[in-house]
Amino acid sequence: MAMTIHLDVVSAEESIFSGLAEFVAAPAAMGEVGIYPHHAPMITKIKPGAVRVKVPNQEEETLIFVSGGLLEVQPGVITVLADTAIRGQDLDEASALEAKRLAEEAMRDKSSEIDYAKAQAELAEAVAQLRAIQKLRKGVH
Amino acid sequence: MAGSKEIRTKIKSVENTRKITKAMEMVAASKMRKAQERMRHARPYAEKIRNVAAHLSHAHSEYKHPFIVKRDQVANVGLIVVTSDKGLCGGLNTNVLRMAINQMKSWESEKRGVAVTAIGNKGLGFMGRVGANVKSHVISLGDAPHMEKLIGPIKVMLDAYIAGEIDQLHICYTRFINTMKQEPVIEQLLPVTGEQLGSATGYWDYIYEPEAPEVINELMVRYIESLVFHAVAENMASEQSARMVAMKSASDNAKNVIGELKLVYNKARQAAITKEISEIVGGAAAV
Repeated sequence: MAMTIHLDVVSAEESIFSGLAEFVAAPAAMGEVGIYPHHAPMITKIKPGAVRVKVPNQEEETLIFVSGGLLEVQPGVITVLADTAIRGQDLDEASALEAKRLAEEAMRDKSSEIDYAKAQAELAEAVAQLRAIQKLRKGVH
Repeated sequence: MAGSKEIRTKIKSVENTRKITKAMEMVAASKMRKAQERMRHARPYAEKIRNVAAHLSHAHSEYKHPFIVKRDQVANVGLIVVTSDKGLCGGLNTNVLRMAINQMKSWESEKRGVAVTAIGNKGLGFMGRVGANVKSHVISLGDAPHMEKLIGPIKVMLDAYIAGEIDQLHICYTRFINTMKQEPVIEQLLPVTGEQLGSATGYWDYIYEPEAPEVINELMVRYIESLVFHAVAENMASEQSARMVAMKSASDNAKNVIGELKLVYNKARQAAITKEISEIVGGAAAV
């Protein structure tokens, strides 16, 4: 039997693949990398593309599509941290700017001083309402 | 029979309310199951990325990422507040916001500036009303959290940290313990502390491809994002179970109210019948 290595492909929203592999090929940032068991520890960015996995006792290679992420190789285990969204310096920058713009828009006519008295009054009111409801419930039973 | 018609309409209206709260309870129950599952699905990624970050922080690298370096002076603090988009979920949002505002107040008394990122409609509305410095926000997340929507607002905070506008970053959300119990917590995200990452095992370093700083930077950003994502997923599960419990108690209440109203109605009906009979009897006796 050929040597195998444990492979985990996970994204923030779900676990995509977990199991043994004889060989893994991934689209790394500097060009495709092929990894066999006993590879030296390595960490690399991967580009959007397919991760090819040779699963033991299976003729065909399994294809897993990832939209970028990171690949980590350790003795005995390979981890692919897949992104769920298409990422990129410009894209991230754009969404951050958009978030900033929205926040500034919402904040435009607000004073910068935090009105703690108002905040606590508001919360106290909500808590009092909840208490009243609980009391009413107890009264009923 | 004075008032019996009014009582009947009132019973009807309470019955209708009960139908609605009952339906909301069942919807929340099924959404809660899904939210819990989502929370479980997000766990492997969080664990894996923490392992990688732990290895990285212990590996002998000459490059130290700013997220790991602790700053001597903390002049400004960032806070991410995670709340729900919708109400009707008991004291969930109130508890989180109260914890957040108390923490903000104590920071303010130490002469530290506070910048806020609001996740969820309720938190945004509250922070806006009380005049907090909201740096970024994200609302209408829907039932499932998506990384795509969170990246931008988180990056605003991370950029502020790197630029030195904030020296610490915390997150405040509701931790899901079980269906009946959820509790608000505040956790420190930045700088990443050693305990969060576990202890060292051996001395070795990775082959970095491309350069170490670039890879480590990507990893740290994702690490923080995964923590925020996990907090949001947990908050959603808490929201649904809090709503389920709140709606269940509302349905129970409605049931009690209906019972009482029925009693009043029957009494009124009986009184009217008795009165009618005594009138008839009285009339017959007079003849």
